[in-house]
Amino acid sequence: MTPLLKLQNFKLRYGAVQAVRGIDIEIRKGEIVALLGANGAGKSSTMKGIAGLEPVAEGRVLFDGRDITDLPPEEIPSAGLTLSPEGRRVFGTLTVADNLRMGAYTITDKAAIETALRRVFDLFPILEERQGQYAGTLSGGQQQMLAIGRALMCNPRLLLLDEPSLGLAPLIVEQVFALISTLRDQGVTILLVEQNVAGALAIADRAYLMASGRIIREGSAAEMRSAGAMADSYLGGH
Amino acid sequence: MDLILQQTVNAIALGGTYALLALGLAVVFSIMGLINFAHGELMTIAGYVLMYCGLAGVPFVIGAPLAVIAAMLAAVAMERIAFRPVRNSSGATMLVTSFAVAMILQVLFQNLISARSQAVVIPDFLGQSIVIGGLVIGVNKLFAIVATLVMLVLLETFMSRQKHGIAMRAAAEDFAIARLMGIRANTVISAAFALSGLLAGVAAVLWVSQRASVDPLMGFTPVLKAFIAAILGGLGSLRGAVAGGFVLGFVEVFLAAFLPAEWQEFREPIGLSLVVLMLVVRPNGLIPAATLQAQKV
Repeated sequence: MTPLLKLQNFKLRYGAVQAVRGIDIEIRKGEIVALLGANGAGKSSTMKGIAGLEPVAEGRVLFDGRDITDLPPEEIPSAGLTLSPEGRRVFGTLTVADNLRMGAYTITDKAAIETALRRVFDLFPILEERQGQYAGTLSGGQQQMLAIGRALMCNPRLLLLDEPSLGLAPLIVEQVFALISTLRDQGVTILLVEQNVAGALAIADRAYLMASGRIIREGSAAEMRSAGAMADSYLGGH
Repeated sequence: MDLILQQTVNAIALGGTYALLALGLAVVFSIMGLINFAHGELMTIAGYVLMYCGLAGVPFVIGAPLAVIAAMLAAVAMERIAFRPVRNSSGATMLVTSFAVAMILQVLFQNLISARSQAVVIPDFLGQSIVIGGLVIGVNKLFAIVATLVMLVLLETFMSRQKHGIAMRAAAEDFAIARLMGIRANTVISAAFALSGLLAGVAAVLWVSQRASVDPLMGFTPVLKAFIAAILGGLGSLRGAVAGGFVLGFVEVFLAAFLPAEWQEFREPIGLSLVVLMLVVRPNGLIPAATLQAQKV
């Protein structure tokens, strides 16, 4: 079976700074794959490169066999994947409902938009309650739910989630992780960047560990949870 | 009392024109961070189209929409030719580019049309006045107020209800994320320029209706005023641009009407001092743009 997403020798730079130094990643349909690592390891850069927000310096990004390496960000949703960006970045001056409709911008069929909206409201009842409110007035947890909901509006086959638990209260973090499992059960494949290692490994099928722009370890979530596997990269062992 | 009402009508008419122009500047600035000083030349283009329509005997009701369409096309062409190549450059680069575009167009008008002011045929009814409740109101003033209101309502509906209008607001707030939603950068920027051209075109028709003439530098003064209005309202904020335009219109008209005769020659500096005073109290403008505010906090 061809993987849904495949990165081959993927490199990304900011000027002279090498953020990602040639990594290979494979994600199969129906998986949750966690991309872990300390600050500055290159996780978010990888996500931005896949989504077209930063140019890929070298290597390939293949989505379902199609080369999407050089697609501009606006072509990414219709290819079938979306990014819920780090820091949520909801449109604060738009209402919750308008934020969600923007997520479905590429969909022209009104009935399909309503179906997608229904699905998001079923996942996040709070967003239905608050749909007329400006997104800027939501709490951090609600904004995170809106960011994920917005990314789901175009019915992606692959969802890229960049630090969905960042800055949220512990109780809300649990809800977000539970939701990510639910999405996988609904058939959405997920690439999850997280600093909350325990939370991510509890729901992931597999994980990659990054340090200084390289993959230094990969394996099933169970293997990665086992003693010592993670400590090195966070404590600077590499 | 009557004089105050009379001047209020004048202030709304003038302020409305400033508001339309300031809105045009704000729409483009909010999307791509460009202060387009060539906005005034869009007005001039619309003015010349109106002039040629008059010379060709085309009636005003057809000439005016043609002038507006010409300004829209010119705005889109301006973006495509001059601003797209410098889109990702600094604000300063884009600002200088806009000055260059303005000057090139001014020289073209001077050499291809005329350096001197040209008369524009304005229909007689615009020069007449009607009496409403004891107030004598020029039809051109009334026309300006009605046209401004129609434009503001149309724009508000577009921006808050239409998918593409909402997408423009999304792009104004966070361009990169808007693109992630599938909103095309080229489309949204072209649309912003078309909208600014539409507003400049309507403002030009109103401006020329008052003066019945057009010259190569016609656009400079009103756009400078609109720029002041946009800053006063909060740069990049659409509601702020409208508020700033009307406030500036009121300040100018009321100073002209009520300042003692010996002070009249200081009217402009006094008006601008008032604007500066307002900015001292509200440095981000009357109704700041959400994104600009966030940067400054």
